[in-house]
Parts: sequence; structure tokens; C-alpha cells
Amino acid sequence: MDVRLSPEQHQLRDSAAQIAERLGPKAVGQLEDRERAAKLEAAVAESGWLELRTPDEEGEPWADAVAVAIVAEQLARGRADVGFFGPTLAAELRRLAGAPQATTTETVALLPDLSAPASLGDDAVAIDAFGETSALVLVPTSVSGGGWALATVAVPERGGGVDLTRPAAWIETASGAPVPDQARPITEQELTRWTALGLSMACADLVGNMQGALDLTGEYAKQRQQYGKSIGSFQAVQHLLADAVVHLEGSRSAALHAAWSVDALDPADALGHAAAAKAYCARGARIVCETAIQVHGGIGNTWDCLAHVHLRRALLSTKVLGGIGPSLTRVLEHAGIDPKKAAADGLR
Amino acid sequence: MDFADSADERDFRLRLRAWLDDNNPRLGPSSTTDEYWEAQPAWHRSLYQAGFFGLSWPKEYGGYGMPSVYDVIVDEELADAGAPPRPSVGYLVQGILHHGSEETKTRFLPGIINGQDRWCQGFSEPDAGSDLASLRTRAMAEGDEYVINGHKIWTSYSDLAEWCFLLARTDPEVPKHKGLSVFAVRMDQPQIEQRPLKMMNGITREFGEVVFDGARVPAKNMIGAPGEGWPLAMTIVSHEREPHELGYAGRYQKTVKELVRIVKENPSKYDAEQKRDLAWAIVEADMLQRHVCRRLSDRLDGIQHGPEGSVDKLLMTWTEQTVGHAALTTGGCAHDGGDPTWLNTYLYSRAQSVMGGTSQVQRNLVAQRILGLPAS
Repeated sequence: MDVRLSPEQHQLRDSAAQIAERLGPKAVGQLEDRERAAKLEAAVAESGWLELRTPDEEGEPWADAVAVAIVAEQLARGRADVGFFGPTLAAELRRLAGAPQATTTETVALLPDLSAPASLGDDAVAIDAFGETSALVLVPTSVSGGGWALATVAVPERGGGVDLTRPAAWIETASGAPVPDQARPITEQELTRWTALGLSMACADLVGNMQGALDLTGEYAKQRQQYGKSIGSFQAVQHLLADAVVHLEGSRSAALHAAWSVDALDPADALGHAAAAKAYCARGARIVCETAIQVHGGIGNTWDCLAHVHLRRALLSTKVLGGIGPSLTRVLEHAGIDPKKAAADGLR
Repeated sequence: MDFADSADERDFRLRLRAWLDDNNPRLGPSSTTDEYWEAQPAWHRSLYQAGFFGLSWPKEYGGYGMPSVYDVIVDEELADAGAPPRPSVGYLVQGILHHGSEETKTRFLPGIINGQDRWCQGFSEPDAGSDLASLRTRAMAEGDEYVINGHKIWTSYSDLAEWCFLLARTDPEVPKHKGLSVFAVRMDQPQIEQRPLKMMNGITREFGEVVFDGARVPAKNMIGAPGEGWPLAMTIVSHEREPHELGYAGRYQKTVKELVRIVKENPSKYDAEQKRDLAWAIVEADMLQRHVCRRLSDRLDGIQHGPEGSVDKLLMTWTEQTVGHAALTTGGCAHDGGDPTWLNTYLYSRAQSVMGGTSQVQRNLVAQRILGLPAS
């Protein structure tokens, strides 16, 4: 056991941090700056990070889920308004189906509550819908052994929704086109591992997002003066921020293990650990982002304060592939307890 | 970045697992009964003799000189087997290792590590809790001895201890942090009175009050230099904040696994709220175990513990108290004739946010030393 990042992983983290810092929005107004956003998109495309889960010669992903998590965390810390989550999950689906990788921007479609991938015909939401993209949906197969094939649906318009950095768009999935040249159906086990990958990315996003919110807030607490001194010198404020640090560090440890589990453990265990981390990180992210708003005071409640950009991003990542309730249900199932076998079941 | 065992770690794990098959004393959850504390010294010695305790401490002082990641394996396997956790003496060992002379290290460490000698920690006083440096117990030099007068309280393990790791004032003329020194004091003298305190969960063997009325200690039993008491005490409490030094990640896992087993036996007996509490206990105990892995891995780079210890203390506290809540809601309150184990586990969990520095003190340290916020 040695969970230090390798030199390559450090390098990856540093370059992701650099790009997010240089090209991510540093003020709410900069979210409208499409020229900046286009530069960010180009830099991410250039970096090769969107190909981390595309197949090598043996069909294995180029990089493990830890590398994916490292990038996701740094992008979130810098509020990067760029597609990474959706395209990475789409690349993984194509790899699992043995289909050629997409040549244009592609994301994935989820059920309207974002808790699971959408199947053909479902009402669905495409995440990372930055415009001129398409989304993968699942198509249940009737061949022996079952499993899923893939179809694509066009997502021409830029979406909207809770997260100002990553738009989501309602889509109609009835008329999906089958993805050409699929070698095999995706199995249930593979889809379980894919879900663990998505959850671990969401955890990393929540961790980076908490760090970004805390960076902002720690600085603000030092600068803002009331009663003739900085508000960060008041114990009541210090304790709020100290708790935020504790939530962040616990989440970091849980998220790191979730990312490692994706490729190292069998799918059921990977999902169990990813779900545990998701519950932990989602709870922490809400507390940290709400603290950021509180410590910013009146300013924190205005549109122009970046604190709500972090809160909104956390709300989306929390819902993706299952929020706290569904994650706790998975944790119990993984422990061998049937959460539904209860006198009064409200665990949803 | 790898959470998996190396080949050597795997071998060690399997050896420990096999040993536990025959040597697990199967005590109840820690700190819920007096019987637990009566049987604990024998467990310490047996774990040490088999080569599974004292792993990361230097060989010359009775340790096994192994990387500290092996302690994680011990914690995991003890929890899986439902065995008692590792003895919590790491902070004492670290204090003596960092501040003791060669002579005191050679003299005292082997007995602490192998479990032959039981020690208590004489820090807090009735009027010196969080404000430890204001303590009033005096140690006055008299020839080649010091004479001790004072009153210690909330002294863990005072009932069983042969030795007291005593923090006392040796110089009242200098500022309060500078006049303290540490001594290894024999507990078996008539000038020392030990009175057990009954904890709110009914335990009487875990901590107590110790009154020193002219007790004596040879000057050569001073640990560190005269006036080095405060930095030494800070080394101790900073290690006392680390779940790794205490083996507590394994302790919580053991409780959680036992609660899971109980709920699994009859899942329809438990409602959604009880299961939700249990799910959070699983989530947090899982997190703490990974967190310990992360911290110990960081140390492979030679990073020494610092203010992060306060973050870890808070994480450990939140985990213990979440597990405590699950014990209460799923294990239930004891009624006449019922099993008090889970109520006692819950009640004991309330101490974690006080012992070793309150959660409020830890938050001050995190805010000022990690976030760099100004002192109020």
C-alpha cells in the first residue's frame, strides 16, 4: 500500500491545475466570455485528457480512473466550463462496446433525475451540452446474454440548468441512430464498473469544487474587515472554515480510494466504494459551499459572487449517477443489507 | 498510487489472519465494560509477542522497525476478525522517542511497547483542561529527587498503571509554558492516591483522579530537559490526535461490522432511519480507513505530522460519533435485562470530542495553522 501520487500523476495534476487556473472563469461575468471558454476547450482537447478512457491496442483504457479523477478535480477547482465528464463517460461506453471512438464532440444522456444512464425512448438529459454535440443512449439488446448497445442522439443547442459551468439539455431520445460497428454488447458488469467510474469522477469534481470554494472563502475572510478587524479572526467564523477543511480532507481520501477501486476491484466492490465516497463527498460539498456563501455574507448572496457557482456545480455533481439517498442504498446493498426490507422504507 | 498489498504485505496479512484464528480473545467492544480493561493488558502482550504490535517503532527500543503502513493491515485484520483494537500507547512512545535521552528511551520504551509496564498520562487538572499550560502540580527539586504535590484528573488508565507520565511545574518564576517538565513517576507509593472516576457509561477502570501528596521521583526520571515539558506535551497530544497512533480506524470498523451483522440477521426489524444511520457509519468508517492510508503514505516522503493532526482528530471524532449514533439507533437502548453494549458504545463516543484536546481547540488550530487566519 502506497497511495502517494506517482511523478507522472503529479505532472498531470499540475498541468490540469495550470490550464484551469489560466483559462477558467475568475469572475461570474467571465462565464459569458465565449472567447475564453473556446480557448479552454481547445486547451483541454489539445491535452489529450478527453482520450484517457479510449482504448489502447489491447482495448484497455489508456489511463486508469485515478488519472481521470486527477484531471476532474483540478478542472472543478478552477470552475472550468468545459466538457470532460460527459465526453470521458461516452468514450468509456464506446470502448466497452468495441465501437470506433466518436470523431465529433460526444457526451452521455442520463435519466431526468440524472441517477442512471438513459435508454432509447426515455425522457433524458444530456450533460455537458455545450452545443453542437451528440449524446450516447443505451439500447437494451435481445441477443443471448442481454446487455446494451449504443445509439446517438443529436444535441444541437447549448443547454442550461443549475450548473453555470456545465449546461444540461433536455433531449428527445426516440429517434436515436445506432452507433456503427459495435463489436459486442456492453454487459451488466461492465455497466456497473462504468457507473463506478462516473461516480468517482463526480467525487473528484466535488473535491476540487470544495477546494475552489474554500480558496475563495479563506482569502475573503482574511480581507473583509468588520468591527475593525478581519472577520477571519473571529472564532465563530474560524470554526465554520475549519469544519470545511475537515470535510474537504475526508472527501479527498474517500474520493482517491473510489478512483483507485474503479479499475482495481471487481465491479460490485468498485461500485460499493464509489457510492460510499459519493455520499461522503456530496454531503461535504454542500456544507462547504453553503459555508462559502455564509462567510461571504451579503455579497455571498449576490449573483456576482463566485460562491454560488461552486454551490451550483456541487448540486449537479451530487445528482449525477445517484445522490446521497441512492448512494446510501448502494452502500447498504454492498454490505449485504436489503434496504427495502424495512417496516417503513424512506431511503430514496 | 496503489491501495493494494505488496507481496510482503500480503504475506504479513495472511500470517496475522492465521494467528487470529487461534488467538482472538473475543472481548466485547472496547470501553463498554470493566472486563474489557481487565483483559486488555494480556491482549497487548500477546499481540506484541506474536509480532503484530509495535511494528513501526525502532528495534533498539523494542519495536519491529517496519514501515508504518503495516499498522493499517493490523487494524483491518483485527476489525475483520472482531478482535480488540491495537493498544493505544503510540503517542507516549512518540513523546519519549522525540524528547527522551538515550538512557530514558532504553529504560522506558521497551516496557511500554511490549506491554509489561502500564502507563497513565498525568496532564489535565481540575483547573487546567483546555488551558493545560496553567497547571499547578508542583515538582520541587530536593537533592537528587523531586517532590510532587498536586492533583491530576481525567487521567486515562490510572487504575491499572505502574507508571505516570507526569507533566508538572518545576519553575513557577518563568512564563507558564516555560516552567513545565515531564517525569516518569512510579505509581506504587503511599503519597499517591488513585481514585477511579466512573464514566457516564458505567466504566470504572478507564480513567481517574490522581492526588500527589509529597510523592517522590528521582531526578534521572525526568524525560527531556528541565522546562521542556510543554513542547513534549504538544508532541504527545499531536500524536494523540492521529487515528493511526491509536488504531481507532480498526476499532470503528469492528463496531460497524458487528452492527451490520446484527441488522443483516433480521433486516425487516429495522426502519429506514435506522438503516440510514448505519449506512453513514459504514461510509465514515470507510473514509477514515482510507484517510489513514493517505496520511501514512505521505510519511513515506518523510513528511512529519503537523497541524493536519487536528484535521485528523476531527475526522476521527466525527466518525466515532456517527458510529456511536448508529450503535444507539440500531443496537438500541438497554432496558432491564437487555444488552447494554451499544448504549455504552454510544455514551463512550461522546468523550472523543473532549479527550486529547476538545473539538473546539482543534478547530482553532485548523483555522489558524492551516488556513492562516489570524488569532482572535
